[in-house]
Amino acid sequence: MFSVLVSSAKSSKQNKTGSWRSLTMPKYLQTNCIACNLCKLICPEGCIEGKEKNKYDSNLQYCKGCGLCAYICPKKDIEMVNENK
Amino acid sequence: MKQFLEGSWAVAEAVKLCKPGVISAYPITPQTHIVEHLAKFVADGRINAESINVESEHSAASVVLGSQAAGVRSFTATSSQGLFLMAEVVFNIAGMRLPIMMVCANRAISAPINIWNDQQDSISLRDAGWIQLYAENNQEAIDLIIAGYKIGEMPKVMLPIMVCVDGFILTHGMETVDMPDAVAVDKFLPAYNPPFKLDVDNPMSFGLLGDPSVYTENRYSLHKTLEELLEIIPQVGSEYKSAFGRDSVRLVEKYRVHDAETVIVALGSVCGTIKDVIDDEREKGNKVGLLKIVTYRPFPKAAIYNALKNVPNISILDKNISLGSEGAVYTEVKALFNDSTKKISGFVAGLGGRDISKGTVIEMLRLTKEEVNNCKFMDLDTSLLWEEFRVS
Amino acid sequence: MKEIKIFARAGQGAITMAAILGESLFYENKYAYAFPHFGAARMGAPMNAFLRFDDKPIRLRSKVYTPDYVIIVDPTLLDGENCFSDLKKGAKAVVAVRESTKIPTSTDMEIYTLPAEKIAQEIIGRPFANTVLLGAFSKISGEVKLEAILKAVEKQFKGKPGILEKNLAAVKKGYESV
Repeated sequence: MFSVLVSSAKSSKQNKTGSWRSLTMPKYLQTNCIACNLCKLICPEGCIEGKEKNKYDSNLQYCKGCGLCAYICPKKDIEMVNENK
Repeated sequence: MKQFLEGSWAVAEAVKLCKPGVISAYPITPQTHIVEHLAKFVADGRINAESINVESEHSAASVVLGSQAAGVRSFTATSSQGLFLMAEVVFNIAGMRLPIMMVCANRAISAPINIWNDQQDSISLRDAGWIQLYAENNQEAIDLIIAGYKIGEMPKVMLPIMVCVDGFILTHGMETVDMPDAVAVDKFLPAYNPPFKLDVDNPMSFGLLGDPSVYTENRYSLHKTLEELLEIIPQVGSEYKSAFGRDSVRLVEKYRVHDAETVIVALGSVCGTIKDVIDDEREKGNKVGLLKIVTYRPFPKAAIYNALKNVPNISILDKNISLGSEGAVYTEVKALFNDSTKKISGFVAGLGGRDISKGTVIEMLRLTKEEVNNCKFMDLDTSLLWEEFRVS
Repeated sequence: MKEIKIFARAGQGAITMAAILGESLFYENKYAYAFPHFGAARMGAPMNAFLRFDDKPIRLRSKVYTPDYVIIVDPTLLDGENCFSDLKKGAKAVVAVRESTKIPTSTDMEIYTLPAEKIAQEIIGRPFANTVLLGAFSKISGEVKLEAILKAVEKQFKGKPGILEKNLAAVKKGYESV
């Protein structure tokens, strides 16, 4: 007999951690972006997508609103804004 | 003085009252707060002890082994995997007759990784030669620590003591405790004065090779001392009661057992929940009781036998499982009776933090009267059981 | 015996809240047992803290299943789970609300709301609703006096004078706001 032992890759996607976000969310201004990729690298959820300049955005299903992307952005092209949840 | 305290803080305050000279522990959930509080006491100069940081539990146990051997009262604390990493040293400490105090904040064992409470960790080390005492609440944890040092350090005993405190439920639970007065503790617990210690002026060796000509006698003497403790623990318990007014230090506690038809046997914090259920059931006219085992090592066979000899239905709750056999306490209690008219059932509950509700206890009582179960898992979710190895 | 269930996110001070409440009940010669229920604790994850109190020592160690009082620190938790299920008869709730918060109407319990985060932001400078809610709880429940809560807050924030004063003001404001 067996029980929960092994989980398959990507199964953590079922945990929509976006529900944890309680006050602020990132707003990608997409105006001065230089595609340095820092926001994508620092995101603890790995939920930022984009490759080209001014095309980056965060997947709010998983974003916990920690604000690290806005903090690291060298062009100040990401803002944390109040989310009226 | 009565205070409202977190369990870990209460434990740390009790340890402080016992004035250990060396504290060494490695942080592990749910024991961490105990060590944090003690480290702060040392840093603030509230306790005159050396707090030694180490890189693992194996080292923490080795440090206190050394310091206790050097004649210094020592303290350590751990949980779960930490206790298992200590295991080798834990057996050595008993074999070397060093009365170290350890608080085990009881937690489940991996795998799967689980930080929540059960008693598999300390129960798995029951054979190490340590005195094992289980606290129902934070007051008992305080009392067992203070009395435990006294019991272990008696020249005729010289054995280590593990005070087992349910992780989270007690360690992170905040409740009212009556913290003993420092002067009274000093009077009750004399300074540690071992009959032998590491001493440059009088050199000696500890932890020798014991070849077949002496090894058996060493194990026999450990066993005999533990048996003698069944007399000593109640004696110290009554001294403790006259000094502090509480009857916490004992082999077993009988709760409404005298005329009971069904009695639950359990260890630790779950006994509180069981007492509440028993009071409810008594109101309804059901004759039920609880036998709480406080001293699990040495195992108080006579006390348990005498308490249960006239009870027709016995229900043992284990927060552990000897895999492939049954709950550890069940095996030992059942072995005391060869009376086939008794119904003696074993239940495994509360593993890895699964909540033991009043409903769980009521169901145990019902099943005990109905049929004999050797190893019945309570609150089992069968939808999580599969015949094949499956990826979830 | 009365039971309280607190809904919060890890990091919002729910355990501190249970500790302060337990301490203040202790000042009123009651016995309390306050305890957290952790998941794999990470900031932002939903968590509960529980509190039981009575005139005699608390022995029951299980989670709280049928609360007399519910305190909701983070209103976004109202979307995820039913915070008002299995209540005792006559149960009351204190809920920190935001402008957009929708309070379920299908429950027969008494629900008291206040913009606790906004109050905390104004007084403390950070949106920690916990002490504000304690003041509100004192008022709506009548189980513990405001003075006892203030005394317990003083003990909790002893040695942090700036934070202490702000939190005392937050408790009082919470008391006045329901």
